[in-house]
Amino acid sequence: MTDKNKDLIDQKLQDLNNDGVDRRGFLKCMAWAGTGLVWTMSGGIPVSRAFAKGHSKDTGKDGDFSFVQISDSHIGFNKPANPDVTATLQTAINKINAMPHKPDFIIHTGDLSQLSKPSEFDTLDQVLKGASAKQILFVPGEHDMLTDNGEQYLQRYGKGTKGTGWSSFDHKGVHFVGLVNVANLKAGGMGSLGNQQLEWLEDDLKGRSASTPIVLFAHIPLWTIYPDWGWGTDDSERALSYVKRFGSVTVLNGHIHQIMQKVEGKVSFHTAMSTAFPQPAPGTAPSAGPMKVPADRLQRVLGITDVNYVVSGRSLAVVDSPLGDSGASPSGKAGAPLAVVGSIPG
Amino acid sequence: MTRKNIWVAGVATPAMIAMLLLFAGSPTVKANDQPSAANAAVKIDNFVFGPQTITVPVGTTVTWTNADDIPHTSVSTDGVFKSKVLDTDEKFSYTFTKAGTYPYYCTIHPKMTGKVVVQ
Repeated sequence: MTDKNKDLIDQKLQDLNNDGVDRRGFLKCMAWAGTGLVWTMSGGIPVSRAFAKGHSKDTGKDGDFSFVQISDSHIGFNKPANPDVTATLQTAINKINAMPHKPDFIIHTGDLSQLSKPSEFDTLDQVLKGASAKQILFVPGEHDMLTDNGEQYLQRYGKGTKGTGWSSFDHKGVHFVGLVNVANLKAGGMGSLGNQQLEWLEDDLKGRSASTPIVLFAHIPLWTIYPDWGWGTDDSERALSYVKRFGSVTVLNGHIHQIMQKVEGKVSFHTAMSTAFPQPAPGTAPSAGPMKVPADRLQRVLGITDVNYVVSGRSLAVVDSPLGDSGASPSGKAGAPLAVVGSIPG
Repeated sequence: MTRKNIWVAGVATPAMIAMLLLFAGSPTVKANDQPSAANAAVKIDNFVFGPQTITVPVGTTVTWTNADDIPHTSVSTDGVFKSKVLDTDEKFSYTFTKAGTYPYYCTIHPKMTGKVVVQ
């Protein structure tokens, strides 16, 4: 590991350990308790502002829209870290349905199920049916392709996709690309996109104007967070080389069940919380297994990610809200995971 | 423990011993004289195969047990053996009949690798 990477991880560990909030972060958090925090990506510099305030100012312009990312539902998981993952997914959907601005669609960044069982997918479908946003887009996690090389996943969630489930679409001027980095993994490696998908990606982006905002989403992070735990994608650099020329690139991932953020040039990387159970910060536990937290803290470490696209700013604002952030909590503690985003340097 | 449970245990234990003796005579369990040489165990714990390298004589049956809250697999890199997905406490066994080195990994978490050396 390079010193630079180690420093980055040390910094993150400092930010993420215990409650995930240092004193400064906590005070910052207090200021917007119950509102949420918006990160605006502008020229590669993340700018934070109070969610409710910023939102009211920016609504109403043609082409503005938002979508929500949920991740790692692990339906079927029933161990002590969260014995009822269906209930917490339901809470996430309720939270989305209660949003003052209606998201145009929902993106699920994989690990829908725990064991790729038909009954698990059925339960997921049942809960997602209650979402007010009718369009839900998926990329698979490794847990969704356990038994049949992902055939069942593809049948249920991958209609119209290519290969192992990758696809792209345009929405109000933003180009979205869903990538699969959990198929055909090699011994000793991390996530992998594979040559076929990379060639497709290069072709998919070719000819698009550099001013088109790009959103890439995939299950395993497309930047190397912690190789020892496989938290990265071996061939992501090639994928990122294809988006370098674009003015605004947002990369949304799941897999690590916690918020991490990095900005590199015009590319903003972001990982989402799980709706099922938290995982430890890199290197703070013997392994990446489910992290057990007291029951009353669980909903603060699970959550959803709300992404706002504002035409005027040509930027995407990413807001993470924990499930336990009801808006009525006066403590400020409820918003703790948000402060983690705020304290990671770009 | 209640009185009833003691009674059940008292009956069950001789019954189990009898069954074990019965199976001991069957040809599926080999090397009665050296039971430790015929079986070996790999525990999957905290995303690690333990021991990472296990050296066994030809004919040994290696059993992998998943002790994690997360599913894992044990799959030969060279296609020699392949477990199904092992959820918590599930096991997979393979009997090695030829000498050689057998690298394997978890196809779900490919950073997890191990090796069986058969001599």
